[in-house]
Amino acid sequence: MVVAAFSDFMQQIVSGLASGGVYALLALALVIIHRSTGVINFAQGEMATLSTYIAWTLTVNHGWSYWPAFVATLAISFGGGVGIHRVVIRPVERGSVLRIVIVTIGLLVAINGFVIWQWGGEPQQLQSPFGTDTYTVGGVVVAAHDVGTIAVALGIVFLLWLLFQFTKVGLAIRAAAVNPEEARLVGVRVTWMLALGWGLAATLGAVAGMLTAPTVGLDPQMMQAVLIYAFAAAILGGIDSPIGAVVGGLLLGVLLNMLSYLSQYGVFDWFSEELRLPAALLIILVVLLVKPTGIFGRPEVKRV
Amino acid sequence: MTPRQTRIIGFVAFAAFVVVIAVLPSFISDFKARDYSYVGIYLIALLGLNILTGYTGQISLGHGAFMAIGGYTTAILMAGNEEFGGPLTGGMKDVWTLPIAGLVAGLFGLAFGIPALRLSGLYLALATFAIAVAMPSTVKRFEEFTGGGSGIQLFGTPELTGSIANVKIFGWSLTPNDWMYYLAWSIALVAFAVAWLILRGRTGRAFRAVRDSETAAVSSGVSLARYKTLAFGISAAYAGVAGGLFGIASAFVNPDAFPVALSIYLLVGIVVGGLGGLSGLVFGAIFITFLPLWAQGQDLGSLLPNRIIEETQKPGGPAIVYGVVLILLMFVIPNGVGGLFRRIGQLISSRRYSRSK
Amino acid sequence: MTTLLELDRVGARYGPVQALHDVSLTVREGEVVAVLGANGAGKTTTLRAISGTVSRSGTIELEGKATKGGPEAAAKSGIAHVPEGRGTFVDLTVVENLKLGAYTRRDRSVKADITRIAEYFPWITERGGQRAGTLSGGEQQMLALGRALMSRPRLLLLDEPSLGLAPMIVREFFRIVRELNEKEGLTVLVVEQDARIALKASKRAYVLEVGRVALTGSSEELRSDESIRKSYLGY
Repeated sequence: MVVAAFSDFMQQIVSGLASGGVYALLALALVIIHRSTGVINFAQGEMATLSTYIAWTLTVNHGWSYWPAFVATLAISFGGGVGIHRVVIRPVERGSVLRIVIVTIGLLVAINGFVIWQWGGEPQQLQSPFGTDTYTVGGVVVAAHDVGTIAVALGIVFLLWLLFQFTKVGLAIRAAAVNPEEARLVGVRVTWMLALGWGLAATLGAVAGMLTAPTVGLDPQMMQAVLIYAFAAAILGGIDSPIGAVVGGLLLGVLLNMLSYLSQYGVFDWFSEELRLPAALLIILVVLLVKPTGIFGRPEVKRV
Repeated sequence: MTPRQTRIIGFVAFAAFVVVIAVLPSFISDFKARDYSYVGIYLIALLGLNILTGYTGQISLGHGAFMAIGGYTTAILMAGNEEFGGPLTGGMKDVWTLPIAGLVAGLFGLAFGIPALRLSGLYLALATFAIAVAMPSTVKRFEEFTGGGSGIQLFGTPELTGSIANVKIFGWSLTPNDWMYYLAWSIALVAFAVAWLILRGRTGRAFRAVRDSETAAVSSGVSLARYKTLAFGISAAYAGVAGGLFGIASAFVNPDAFPVALSIYLLVGIVVGGLGGLSGLVFGAIFITFLPLWAQGQDLGSLLPNRIIEETQKPGGPAIVYGVVLILLMFVIPNGVGGLFRRIGQLISSRRYSRSK
Repeated sequence: MTTLLELDRVGARYGPVQALHDVSLTVREGEVVAVLGANGAGKTTTLRAISGTVSRSGTIELEGKATKGGPEAAAKSGIAHVPEGRGTFVDLTVVENLKLGAYTRRDRSVKADITRIAEYFPWITERGGQRAGTLSGGEQQMLALGRALMSRPRLLLLDEPSLGLAPMIVREFFRIVRELNEKEGLTVLVVEQDARIALKASKRAYVLEVGRVALTGSSEELRSDESIRKSYLGY
């Protein structure tokens, strides 16, 4: 009985890390965009959905095999992100907060509409590149897809870290985000760096979408809940902290799974599946009220 | 133009507006009157949101939730509920529920306004967005009060005026749709008058001070906490009344009647309408009521070539149009229709000045 | 000595406000030139006009070629602008700040240059990994200078380096600037509120008044003329 409980527990941790990995990727996208352009991109989820549909249509309708489609989707998403920044965001970046919010909401609505218009609202199937096998490790049953998701998520985060820490471009993007005026003085083309930031964020979203679709099914609303979880993770970790986004995402994934798990055993038994989303929202509210800068964020000093 | 002249023009314009509202139903189909009552309902919510965002600068993506509170309050008072005893076990006439709906929503607004003080700009937008998203699930959770997923039916109940037969008032017989129209718009005009009174007084000045510079306001002795919270309460109360009317107009409430999209529409409404004056807000209300229809090719939309209408009528098409229009509007008229009117007004009055030299 | 920088009847605006009206000045290669004047005289705006940070009219020529475009282009053509308030990238490390200085360079000697610069500011080697925001004001000013040097500039623009710094540190800073000028032939245009120290460090100076050049001459002359000092330089 204890053994069964333990292996259940470990399973929940693993699948929690997997869903958390997806939240982390999307949260990282939100953080990159917020840090560089000061915008909260309400359309991030829909962009990810669109990318996933592109991957799907390449594999199903055009007969591509998975990994080439994956790479192509990443490239297309990157270009799309850059394009969206240059065309839609840049003109309103400096304006009022309200205006930017409405623009990203307009994007959300338009992209969601486009997905439905182009591919219909029926759920589709996107295969997992990791297959549907399960492994048994020390009595614990884990899905290959979950393991693969964790590996890909952490791998991409690592690559991104390398990019930001060790390359000239990465340094330039960070500089442009931190201090755009100064960055221009040393010759950094700030607008392009910010556009690159959007491109990277779109790519992260694409990966998140492609990892999500095999488990929940591909449909136009697929990423809406994930977006909320990603917001929660980003706020939890600190809206301007990339590490925070990753840690926040993994933590949130595990936490939510833990609540489900414990509710089975009588603890927190008021926690039903449908309260997952409000629980995430409660976290957002609590963090915003107690320590708005999140776990890894630095407190903001208000200049009088 | 002297301030006095501006005010006179304002009064005349307003009077003309009231006349138009009063006679409109005679010129449009009965069915259309229904759409226009929604314009009035949204206008009430927008008036409130305008006080919050236009005057104290707080952004809310969650006012649909306050509408939901108002709507459910109305429904529960009308349809009754065993949990509450006495006069609250149903049977209240729809019209009388509205002040209560406003009050309840207003109290929730005040309650939220207090922690909201700690948030600003985007963070507040996110927090209110969270509330809007959580509302449907939360409503479903408290099934005993709210009827869960299936909501509360009001259609055909005696408490709903005009649900059974035409409404007789002051010797005239009104169809249910016309009755709804006049109810919504009378309340809207009252709401506008109340807002106008609030805003021209000391409270209004305090609100404007908060919006323009919080630090300056504090140093002039304006209590930020009091006025920001008050603005939340007032705007929530307005939304509550609108929500109650919404429930009455739709003759039912359920969690899906107040989705996240509603909160987004409201914000869109005040931004497109333009923060500040009434004329802009009317446009905002018209925009959010009719754009989804135009996008589907109805009315104005039917002026577009057939080929385009075909494409936009496919599922998802209207949404694409809506989103793109929204983005374009933010490029072209960032201060909304109201802002556009103001600029035109400025251009006119400055020209008068230079001529009078 | 050849003329490195030439400003001819330069004007500059911030929106509707005209900050510079008619500024003409020259900087010859290898010189240290000071721009002085009261607050609001247009000193900072002059530097911004040169680096393209503000919209300008009139002619600005670097080595005979008209400057075009914004700050990015200026950086590429060899102008290093250290702005008011130093402009350090506070969230980045000391070494990252320096690397950014070399952003427009395509050669491979960047690392070597960091070592070279560390000779002027020895603490850079020990504290390279430290977040720039945790440095003292004086250290940040030195770091800003170091960053500017990393681009191997043709012209160094310094905007009020003494602002907010203790006199001893300011002296040290200008000592280093003079050393760079004498040893490496670095051409410097420095804007300063503190006329005294600027005149000691420079060869020539311009005094601005409400967006125009009111006075110019060798720093030696300006320093020794008491009436000029009293009426224009405040000491």
